[in-house]
Amino acid sequence: MAQENGHLFSSGHTACAGCGQAIAARLVVDVTGKNTIIANNTGCLEVFSTKYPESAWGVPWIHSLFENAAAVASGIEAALKFLGQKEKTTVICQAGDGGTADIGLQALSGMWERGHDILSICYDNEAYMNTGVQRSGLTPFETSTSTTPVGKQSLGNPRPKKPMPEIAVAHGVAYVATASSGYPQDIQKKIKKAISIKGPKYIQIHVPCPLGWRHDSELTYDIAKLAVETGLYPLIEYENGKLTAVRKLSKIKPVEEYLKFQGRFKHIINSPEQIKQIQAIADYNIERYGLRPEPVNPSAPQPVNTQTKV
Amino acid sequence: MNELLEGSQAVAEAVRLCKPGVISAYPITPQTHIVEELASIIADGKLNAQFVNVESEHSAASVVLGSVATGVRSFTATSSQGLLLMAEVVFNIAGMRLPVIMTCANRAISAPLNIWNDHQDAITVRDSGWVQMHAENIQEAIDLHIQAYRIGEAPKIMLPVMVNMDGFILTHGLEVVDMPTQEQVDSFLPAYTPLYKLDVENPLTLGPLVDPDYYMEARFAVSETHKDVLKLIPLIQAEFQRTFGRSSGGLIEAYRLDDAQKVIVAMGSVCGTTKDVIDSLRSKGKKVGLLKIVTYRPFPIDAIYQALKDIPKVAVLEKAVSIGSYSPLLSEIRSIFSGKKKSPVISGFVIGLGGRDITIDSIKEVYKRLGPKPISEEYIDLKPELLEETI
Repeated sequence: MAQENGHLFSSGHTACAGCGQAIAARLVVDVTGKNTIIANNTGCLEVFSTKYPESAWGVPWIHSLFENAAAVASGIEAALKFLGQKEKTTVICQAGDGGTADIGLQALSGMWERGHDILSICYDNEAYMNTGVQRSGLTPFETSTSTTPVGKQSLGNPRPKKPMPEIAVAHGVAYVATASSGYPQDIQKKIKKAISIKGPKYIQIHVPCPLGWRHDSELTYDIAKLAVETGLYPLIEYENGKLTAVRKLSKIKPVEEYLKFQGRFKHIINSPEQIKQIQAIADYNIERYGLRPEPVNPSAPQPVNTQTKV
Repeated sequence: MNELLEGSQAVAEAVRLCKPGVISAYPITPQTHIVEELASIIADGKLNAQFVNVESEHSAASVVLGSVATGVRSFTATSSQGLLLMAEVVFNIAGMRLPVIMTCANRAISAPLNIWNDHQDAITVRDSGWVQMHAENIQEAIDLHIQAYRIGEAPKIMLPVMVNMDGFILTHGLEVVDMPTQEQVDSFLPAYTPLYKLDVENPLTLGPLVDPDYYMEARFAVSETHKDVLKLIPLIQAEFQRTFGRSSGGLIEAYRLDDAQKVIVAMGSVCGTTKDVIDSLRSKGKKVGLLKIVTYRPFPIDAIYQALKDIPKVAVLEKAVSIGSYSPLLSEIRSIFSGKKKSPVISGFVIGLGGRDITIDSIKEVYKRLGPKPISEEYIDLKPELLEETI
């Protein structure tokens, strides 16, 4: 199928203006190329790219259910092995943060543990955007969502993000990385690296959602960059269980720089106490992953509140 | 070749003869022996297939969904809670028109937890779009699996088929069976040639979002295809008989219905017991018979009507309930005769739930209870003393 503008994920889909996920999805499949088969969990990406009778996909693509793309991808990979076609085909299983870290985690865990040669991508927009911005396991601390609303007794989501990259590492996933739609070349570099490695791979891409994060749609790229520059979304790589690379921050920005553009954090932006807690999460990441330009100090003090990591 | 085999072993051997390329399953009693045997067959190099050990039935069904969508014949098996856990995927496979073949070793549903046989599991997913067939004995279980691939993979059908066999009674029972040869199966069952698949040379989008402008037609199309399945199954049955030399499968089986006054309608292994009772009662001059339902979905409405229309009294014998209403098979058999000039007096009996033993006397009791007025939903072999204890 000839695709518009030479992309395997073509324009004309129904994503919102400024959707970080649509940008990232195209970057991914542009690297993996035409010999790719994608299994996609239910979610925004599935809904906005495949509304029958149209499809944005120029590669074979399948959607079954919300939580089973990892198992469907396992079946595809097994079938390709049986047919002797695995070596020339990249199998991707992709989902949003809820489909990855919550409802899809069991199937994903099984797929990783079995060692299938599959690249899993999590498009992390930090809540269930497709169903109306409900909280997921990857929603950050004190985010206002439709199921963690701000009220007299609530400052939003009471829990930090589930540490999915480390969960992947604990499974023995050969290559684990975080990426951001604010750094397109970095996404493509990591996808390229991932598909050069045999076995399970996991890449979690931070993708701003103007609708759910309540920011102006032209700010997607800047907000994604700010998440990285403040230390709230560190760009890291694990190979065979070891942290092998991090994106160093030449100038670390205070977290307010990132929070102030987003309606989901409006309730805390004028509260120094709350800002301090979010800053502590960023500071923890900066120390833990050695995001400062200088060499990492192995004897750096551990943060007091170990719950507020990543 | 005639040999003595356990039901699970026999089914595994039949599946091997069908040459699936991907097998995925999660252990659940009493299905487990089937996939254990297949795992051994693969481990011994007797079948070239990928065996995917998954972390749940939901994933077992999803793996074979993915492998069939990639154009490779596949197999899975389940039972009871496993079928309910995969229920979401079961509906999805049918809607995506993927010919997955699955054994269901029929078993009761919890609570209370009970691992023994009844039909509540398969009945619960009857509306999914799967073809559902029930085996009476181990020989029929073998034969239905081979036929299932022919039915499901037929280009005009492209639907999944569930072969039901009674848990323990058939899965763990021993029977002398005639196992087909590879040559016979090869001549009956060609390699799978999918109408559509995930293929990098011809990239298709499978499983898109479909809005109200299109959804009804998709469900309607599956429903229409079930009418084609009704036409195809007798042809497959006839071809099977020509190739293998025995009649097996089909839509229904009429057993001693000529001149019968009282007829039991049933599915699965209880039909064997019923046939013995019929032979014994017939020798004493009682005019009794059996209508065995082999194909439950699609429901062979016309064939059942023709078989029962001149029978005075019918007893629907059922290993499942629809709590709060009449049992599913009873309701469906009665609905066939709604508005018809000729109709038997149709009664319904629930029997054998959770593996309650069904004896010769249980079946005799059913024939005995059939009187001039219809009975709805009577339980056979219920223990009133236990109910008093509970209260």
